[in-house]
Parts: sequence; C-alpha cells; structure tokens
Amino acid sequence: MSDYLAIDHIDQVFQRGAATSEVLRDVSLRIAKGEYISIIGHSGCGKSTLLNIVAGLLRATRGGVLLEGREVNEPGPDRAVVFQNHSLLPWLTVYDNVKLAVDKVFRATRSKSERHDWVMHNLDLVQMAHARDKRPGEISGGMKQRVGIARALAMEPKVLLLDEPFGALDALTRAHLQDSVMEIHQKLGNTVLMITHDVDEAVLLSDRIVMMTNGPAATIGEILEVPLDRPRRRLDLAADPVYIRCRSAVLEFLYARHRAPTLAA
Amino acid sequence: MSMPARNFETPAAPGRSATLFALPRRQPDVLRDRVKPIAVAAATRLVPPLVMLAVLIAIWQLAAGSPTSALPSPTKLVSDSWELIAHPFYDRGGLDKGLFWHIFASLQRVALGYVLAAVAGIALGVLIGQSIWAMRGLDPIFQVLRTVPPLAWLPISLAAFRDGQPSAIFVIFITAIWPIIINTAVGVRNIPEDYRNVARVVRLGGLEYFAKIMLPAAAPYIFTGLRIGIGLSWLAIVAAEMLIGGVGIGFFIWDAWNSSLISDIVVALVYVGLVGFCLDRLIALIGRFAARAA
Repeated sequence: MSDYLAIDHIDQVFQRGAATSEVLRDVSLRIAKGEYISIIGHSGCGKSTLLNIVAGLLRATRGGVLLEGREVNEPGPDRAVVFQNHSLLPWLTVYDNVKLAVDKVFRATRSKSERHDWVMHNLDLVQMAHARDKRPGEISGGMKQRVGIARALAMEPKVLLLDEPFGALDALTRAHLQDSVMEIHQKLGNTVLMITHDVDEAVLLSDRIVMMTNGPAATIGEILEVPLDRPRRRLDLAADPVYIRCRSAVLEFLYARHRAPTLAA
Repeated sequence: MSMPARNFETPAAPGRSATLFALPRRQPDVLRDRVKPIAVAAATRLVPPLVMLAVLIAIWQLAAGSPTSALPSPTKLVSDSWELIAHPFYDRGGLDKGLFWHIFASLQRVALGYVLAAVAGIALGVLIGQSIWAMRGLDPIFQVLRTVPPLAWLPISLAAFRDGQPSAIFVIFITAIWPIIINTAVGVRNIPEDYRNVARVVRLGGLEYFAKIMLPAAAPYIFTGLRIGIGLSWLAIVAAEMLIGGVGIGFFIWDAWNSSLISDIVVALVYVGLVGFCLDRLIALIGRFAARAA
C-alpha cells in the first residue's frame, strides 16, 4: 500500500499551567490515495484532535504528518476541512461562501469566469445551486452542511477532512447526505478522512475503520477493513452478511472491549 | 410530481338536489388593503407617546402655572421664546443666530471628534482583541482612563491646543473612544474559532482576514460601541461648549442662563434631546444597513 497520507507516531500533550493531559499516544496510520477512512471512538478519545493535527490547525507534540512525502505543519487548502457545525460565514450568501475559498485558492491559476463556473459546478455537485443567493440563516442544517462540503471540495483538496460532518443532523437528512458524499467520493475519487461516532455511518462509507481506544493517552486500538463493493446501496446492505459482520465488529470494540469511561465507572 | 385529479362531480343522489351559492368576491381596495394597515401601525406607535406628552405638559402647566413660579409654564414658554421657536434659521451675525446654526456648529464638532474616535477606537479595539499582549498591557490603562469624566480632559486639552475649537473636538474624541475600543475588542475576541479555522484553511492573509472575516463578524459589537459613543459625545459637547464659548448649543444655553432667559433654555433642551435621539437612530440605522450589506 502506498503512503499518500502518513500519520507518523503522533503524541499530543496539552499543558495548562502545572496540569498536563496526554490526549494521544503513538498514533500511526497510513492512508492510500482515494481511500475513505473513518475514525471512530467514544467522545473524548482525541479523534477531533487527531483530525486537527492532520488539518494543520494543531501542532503535534511529537511525531508528524506527511502528505505525499511532504511534512504538514500549517493549515492549507490541500487538506480542506468540513467542520461539524458547517461554519459558513453568516454574512455571505451560499455562493459567496464557496467563492471566498475558490477566489483565494485559484486566484492565480484561473480566470474570473472559470472561477465562477467552478463555484457553480461544486454547488451543483451537492445539489445546492438553487440556493446560491440565500444566506446560511435561510437554509436548513442539512443544506448548510452541503454548502460546507461544496466549499471544501471546491478547494480541490488532496485529502478531504470531515469532522463529524453529519453529527448535528436528523437521521433522514443524515442518510441523504451520506448518499451524496458516497456519490461524490465515487465520482471524484477523493481521499477522505472522516471523524464519526456513528457505527452504521462508518461501515457504510468507509474502506477502513480506525477504532480509537479511550483517553487519556488514546491510540489506535484496531483497524477494520470493510470489504464491501462500491457503489454501496443502503437498502441492500441491511441484510448483507459482510456488512453485519463489520458492524458487529465495531460495536463489539466500542461497547464490549472499550466502553465509554463514564459507563465503565 | 403529479397528483391524480380529484373528481368533484359526485353522482347526484336521487331525490336530492344541492344549491350552489356564489360568495361575493372581495374587491381589491387600495385604501383598505394598503393604507389602512400602515395607518393602524403608525397610530399604535404614535398615539401613546403623544397622549403621554400631552399629560406631562398638562402636569407641567399645573405645576408652573402660578405667577410666582421660578420656572416658566408651557404657555409662558411659547409666548417668551416664540421668536426662537418660529425662526431657527435667522442669522444676525456674531452669536445672535437661530438655534439651527448653534446645533449645526455643535454637530460639526461632534462629527469631527466622533469620526476620529471611531477610526482610532476600532483600530485600537482590533489590536487589543487580536493580541493578548496588547490586551494585558493596554486594557488596565484604558479601564482607568475611561472613568475620567469628559470635562476633566478640557483644561489639559486647552493647555495643549491653546484654542477652544480643537479642545472641544478632543473632548468629544476622548469621550467617545472608550466604548468603541472596548466593544470592538470584545467583538474581535468573540469571533468563533470556526471562522478563524476557515480563514486558516483557506489561507487568508492578514488584510483579507481583517476585511472578510473580522470586520463583518465583529460588526454588531462595533456598532454597539459606536452607538454608545455617539450618545456620550452629544452629552459631552454641551458641557464642553459651555466652557469654551463661541457658536454652539452649549454656549447658547449658558448665555441664556446668564441673560435669565429660562424659556430659551427649555427650548434649547428640547432641541438637544431631539438631535441626540436622531444621532442615536442614525448610527443604529447605519449599523442595520451594514449588517444587511455585509
């Protein structure tokens, strides 16, 4: 397996005054180009910290991240993030939110009309072109997250980072968006790293599921391959033995061997 | 999406018949549909304050109606100061001008001092909001300075500028700047982490971040500061002008007091209040406009 994105022996220690808390210990992961990886674990296991390190928003205490052999030490559009709460700028329209990123990333390489077409193309991809002139306050949570995904995709990232992208949505909207993300991944072949706490979501979307142990000093407990063919269809999978086996493997890890600390106590 | 057309033609039951009545169609009526709601809305906003105003004036008339009263009653006020009320625009040279010109002179001072305070205040507020060290260094100093009453600055500024005009402007500046600084700093500090992260991922430069993220995100706070600032400026200008003299509403009031023209003072106070109200509303309006345009 080629290393497109390599997470190399990462430790993360936070120091606040005299108190230190070790969040991550010795996390290593190699991701191939085009792979869809989910990171799953109980809350507080440092999975968001790990994503922030890959994004470059946070510097690892020890270890590092390599993208195509080059070290990552600051945030950049090659690792676009879809944030949990969409984080669209409320004073900009849907179109302008995406355009802000496109203008910045492609100012030198594309003409004005090319950039406009590219914004519209990405809004089309997430089926949000109809709302281009709306402001985030005027559209639903699921739509906001679609725009957030469009903004990230529009940067043509080498790796797409999703930080619990569907966590704040209701179950039906979430299913819709998961299907959209699957479609887009199928079409564009992005490399995706997704944080989630939803077992079904992880199995449905991922090529591999990375299961984190509980903090403090969380690390990777197990990595599960999901050998399901793509395109995957939600309805067909419900009775698929491979799906059921993967799903129960993750459940087993999360609830039998690594229960949430509050539950275990 | 197509729905099967619903069939309303139910087979008539034998021996029964139904009669259809056509309800009269409502005619469009500009007076009823357009004018009436606006008139009702205006009346609900305007009638209560007007009624209260009439009640207050009546109480005032009763309280100050006796001939021995030290303060003028409303009727006496109108007869005493009719010329002032009726002719705000007269100008006989020197200080003998209508109230409009006095208010206008005061507004010019306030405008200059306030604009300087807005520019400097937003700049300093951004600095304090952005930099933890600037905040630690400057915030305690500002917290002390902002409690200094506006007029206490006047002697120092007179000593520095040796002229009334720039001193008054400086007093406005120093009065208005503190709430602008403090509110801007709070607004900048409260920019959600998410917005900063978006800016970092997209790699916005310093100026781009300032214009595209920081200003719009902090705008509600900044305009709160600007609104408090304009109110304080208008409070300070009257007092400052009483001391520096010249054309201006403050000195007009002081001059009227020295000439025992109590009725003129009351008329001037009404003007001061109305203008202060308009200034506050103006800034609020600009704020709302900016929020929509941003």
